[in-house]
Amino acid sequence: MTERRDVWITGVGLITCLGEGLEATWNHLERGDPPPYDDKSFAPYIVHPLAPVNFDQQIPKKSDQRQMEMWQRIGVYAAGLALGDAGLAGKPDLLDGTDLIVAAAGGERDTQADSGILTGMRKVAEPGRFLNERLMSDLRPTLFLAQLPNLLAGNISIVHGVVGSSRTFLGEESAGIDAVRIAQARIAAGQSDLTLVGGAYHATRWDVLLIFEESGIALKEAFAPVWDRGPHGGLVLGNMGAFLVLESSDHARSRGARPRARISAVSAGRNRRQPGEIEATLRQQWTAIAGKVVDRLHAAVISGAAGLEPATSAERQFLKEIGLPVRNTGTYIGHGVEAQFIANLGIGCGVIEHGKLFAPAGTGDGGSSPSGLSQVVVTSVGNWRGEGLGLIERVD
Amino acid sequence: MATAMRDKKGRPIVAVTGIGVVTSLGVGKSDNWARLSGGVSGIKRISRFATEGLRTTIAGTVNDVYREAMTPAELSERVALLAGEEAIAESGLGSKDHFPGPLYLAPPPLEIEWAERIKMAEMAAANGDTGYPDLLRVARDYASANKPFKFAIIGENLAEHFGTEGSPISLNTACASGASAIELGMEAIRRGDCEAALAIGADASLTPESLVRFSLLSALSTQNDPPERASKPFSKNRDGFVLAEGAAALVLESLEHARARGARVLGILEGVGEKSDSFHRTRTSPDGKPIIATMHKALADAGVGPEDIDYINAHGTSTPENDKMEHLGVSTVFGERIRDIPISSNKSMIGHTLTAAGAVEAAFTLLTLQHQRLPPTINHAVPDPTIQLDVVPNVARDAKVRRAISNSFGFGGQNVCLVVALEPA
Repeated sequence: MTERRDVWITGVGLITCLGEGLEATWNHLERGDPPPYDDKSFAPYIVHPLAPVNFDQQIPKKSDQRQMEMWQRIGVYAAGLALGDAGLAGKPDLLDGTDLIVAAAGGERDTQADSGILTGMRKVAEPGRFLNERLMSDLRPTLFLAQLPNLLAGNISIVHGVVGSSRTFLGEESAGIDAVRIAQARIAAGQSDLTLVGGAYHATRWDVLLIFEESGIALKEAFAPVWDRGPHGGLVLGNMGAFLVLESSDHARSRGARPRARISAVSAGRNRRQPGEIEATLRQQWTAIAGKVVDRLHAAVISGAAGLEPATSAERQFLKEIGLPVRNTGTYIGHGVEAQFIANLGIGCGVIEHGKLFAPAGTGDGGSSPSGLSQVVVTSVGNWRGEGLGLIERVD
Repeated sequence: MATAMRDKKGRPIVAVTGIGVVTSLGVGKSDNWARLSGGVSGIKRISRFATEGLRTTIAGTVNDVYREAMTPAELSERVALLAGEEAIAESGLGSKDHFPGPLYLAPPPLEIEWAERIKMAEMAAANGDTGYPDLLRVARDYASANKPFKFAIIGENLAEHFGTEGSPISLNTACASGASAIELGMEAIRRGDCEAALAIGADASLTPESLVRFSLLSALSTQNDPPERASKPFSKNRDGFVLAEGAAALVLESLEHARARGARVLGILEGVGEKSDSFHRTRTSPDGKPIIATMHKALADAGVGPEDIDYINAHGTSTPENDKMEHLGVSTVFGERIRDIPISSNKSMIGHTLTAAGAVEAAFTLLTLQHQRLPPTINHAVPDPTIQLDVVPNVARDAKVRRAISNSFGFGGQNVCLVVALEPA
């Protein structure tokens, strides 16, 4: 076995309903103000909108913006913020060798075109021919490019010039956990020096609500913190883009980049979600990293609980067992599925930089902020699969 | 002895100990190889749905596996499962319920399908226009009688079926996806994270909309008649690719682990190269630099030079753009020697299996090494004078092949190249 290298987070790019950038996000979290949410536009569903953003700042060419749908614009924007934060933006020599891992779902649909076809189809004798003809005439050629999951990565290459390797991991929360896990493992093993990893979620869309309504898990009751959504729970989706720059410590030192945190461990797991299995998987993952939590007096948990039951109660049980102070982010920024774990690692970097926790939200948040907080454990329990733990630490 | 288990860079050597294939040519390696080396086309007229109003009415469908009303997710999972079972059985690794390594899967990107939307619309029976709020109203009832949609369902079901270890990774790098799945497995074994990995590329997602999407980008051949003549990579009259279905699975294993258990080694994955292209969303950089860099990186990763390559398994889609750029790429990398290196495209027979293609073609490259016989590029009747390549025109031939590369290029600037070799003596 070769020696494992230190992996740092040297850039964070974050945009959520709370604002743009880690600082704006942190300021809101520290105040503990209720988050912006919209319970009208998609009633009875609730969604977190995106904070106002001027896409021109990260995607200067309108022609590029036109070739993307919103999930891609959000992602390309957040990726640009992360590259800027890491001091890589506009540096082709470094970007040429920067690897890229994106966590994504499917792309966006043209819900108007879909609705038109469904409406028209009821009156026709040959539905097959009708569907073919209407698809040929109603679909925009560029829409396909917004439906291809790897075209967020493709657009990041085009707009920001990140052209090392490029992989897109598919499918719900596990994709986000695995994206960071593989990025960290590749750098630790010397297979990469520099990797941009992230995801984006465009939540304010009927077509994604349809996906979650099929499982009956989108929240339809009044907004409440993730811990307190009743026996059935409920998911509130949030618009967000979250990217991190991961870098070997040697590489970062050689170019004078400062670490926001060290990322020491990432583990991803799955189980069949039978009673007790979520806790069991999380315990197993915890055992694997517990030895690295050097000082329980200076460690805390940033929970990715999504407000679903019984998953959120199972996570709560596990968190009670390990006994560290807990704050959740889902109440504030909603659930960004593939992007959520990555966003929470970004917020974890804010916690480490400020050396303290932000305001609690709901009955599952607890424990007072340790002074000189230096280690953060980030959790994820996905909406149907995907248990994850990540450990980030202050670099002294 | 220990040194022979590591490559020139000191990394564990990655062997292939199991191969499984499903394409429009059949289920299993044996049928596939017989027809592939026999120059048989699997391209047929589409019978699964009405094709009136479509410009392209042919495809390389897996009719042996398809059953009435299967969704793309179900059919893709089925072909992945068949390929996986064949590969694992050949490797003799693990037990029925436990494959001792992770799963790297290249599935088609999934979504709720038209058939499902139409059923929901019928259930909703809206007065006037049918909109998404109507679908949402009945979605829960619809899904409880069927299955709720999940993007990662294929990987989850395969992980469950094969008993692979850890979190299954589903990935997408467009038409390079299958090769990327293999690449992730190689990296994991080289890191020492595992001794074995299961890499699968699978795509059986032919629907009216999937055809229309590629049609609107003018990517598909419209020479529907006769279907088996439509895919003609490197020919002057090539006019697009033929959408196809298929799957391939490779059992990857450290050579040390394979030898220790006395497994038969089918080939060595010596190197992999990857380089993104930032030129355009669907087109290759006109100077070909990224695909050239991809091949150079693969050779460097394998620690070999252009002179060590005996055969190229082309991406060879049969689109005007790809074949021109691939010709530029291989001509640049291999120089004058390119005239002596056979390069053929499996897609002339099986069409373009999209996210499965990189895995299917890696599997065929391994079979090419195993049989010491080059599969042809069929339908090569009108050579393109600007493409001076030995495309193994129309008829397979025997050859001495010790080492080959397999190219995969995809929309979004995705490029992957694998270096595949026979087991070292």
